[in-house]
Amino acid sequence: MRAAVALPLLLLAAAVVAQVPLTDAMRGKTPVADETRPPPLGNAENNDERRERVYSMQPPTIPHKIDNYQLDLNANACLGCHSRGRAPVTRAVAVSVSHYMDRDGNFLAEISPRRYFCEQCHVTQVDAKPLVGNRFVDVDALLKAPPAKAPKR
Amino acid sequence: MRSLLELAKRYWATIRSPSRYYSLAFLVLGGFIAGVVFWGAFNTGMELTNTEAFCTGCHEMRENVFVELKRTIHYTNRSGVRAICPDCHVPHAWTDKIARKMQASKEVWGKIFGTIDTREKFLDHRLELAQHEWARMKANNSLECRNCHGADYMDITRQSPRAAAMHSQFLFTGEKTCIDCHKGIAHRLPDMGAALPH
Repeated sequence: MRAAVALPLLLLAAAVVAQVPLTDAMRGKTPVADETRPPPLGNAENNDERRERVYSMQPPTIPHKIDNYQLDLNANACLGCHSRGRAPVTRAVAVSVSHYMDRDGNFLAEISPRRYFCEQCHVTQVDAKPLVGNRFVDVDALLKAPPAKAPKR
Repeated sequence: MRSLLELAKRYWATIRSPSRYYSLAFLVLGGFIAGVVFWGAFNTGMELTNTEAFCTGCHEMRENVFVELKRTIHYTNRSGVRAICPDCHVPHAWTDKIARKMQASKEVWGKIFGTIDTREKFLDHRLELAQHEWARMKANNSLECRNCHGADYMDITRQSPRAAAMHSQFLFTGEKTCIDCHKGIAHRLPDMGAALPH
């Protein structure tokens, strides 16, 4: 008897859930099935001021615009200034030596192919409101913070 | 050979002798009007070859370089001022323009014999074609850039710090010309393996 009542209730609940459109925080209120209207492209910061890294191994962010920089098999616009040979002239930050190493730690004469596509790790920044919250704490701040009480056993 | 010389002599004599039927005024005015018509037709014809519609009339241009131009700042930008093909590829001064147009007759040859009539052929020739343009702009001190972008009128306080520094050090001193650094701003670059010092 109880099962006979519970089953239709369960089906009803499932139907209600199904009718609530699936939404996603990054997409806003637009249901997943519909196309969003993307916000206008932001203007990347272009003040050439090197930003602090948030953690020691963070790839530095790009402090300038890179609109229409060609980065493909034919040409790497970034290396036009940031390569080892060009950096002294352009006074750009030279590519780190780590980028000349293959994954086994052997040094190569040229940028390692796995590091060729700069924008995989290095990105421009836009002065935009973050889409989602972030509770990240810098490790330095963490070290300075009073020690948390050890959990009781 | 001898008869040919005779013929030439006869024509020369005809040209040299004064008119028998037409008045001086008719010949002068007629010559003037004919000159105006000829000149007008010639220049109009040449200006027709200086339009975007003409340049993109061939698939070689329309489907390769023109497509690439469309995503650059010289085609679309916030203020809507834009450059068309001849703004950068044809000198504006008349004599230089005629010289360039005469050179361009080779491009007609290329069109007839299909030098770059497929995407693959175009890609194979891309480095060579680009180098021609780089050499041309290097030789005329980037004249076509400077037709719009005057170094004297640049407000470097409105430029990004690195642009201001580079322009001060290289452009204003005349050490480099626009095309030395600004390659591949309107079209995609060819394989720069050896062309860009890395």
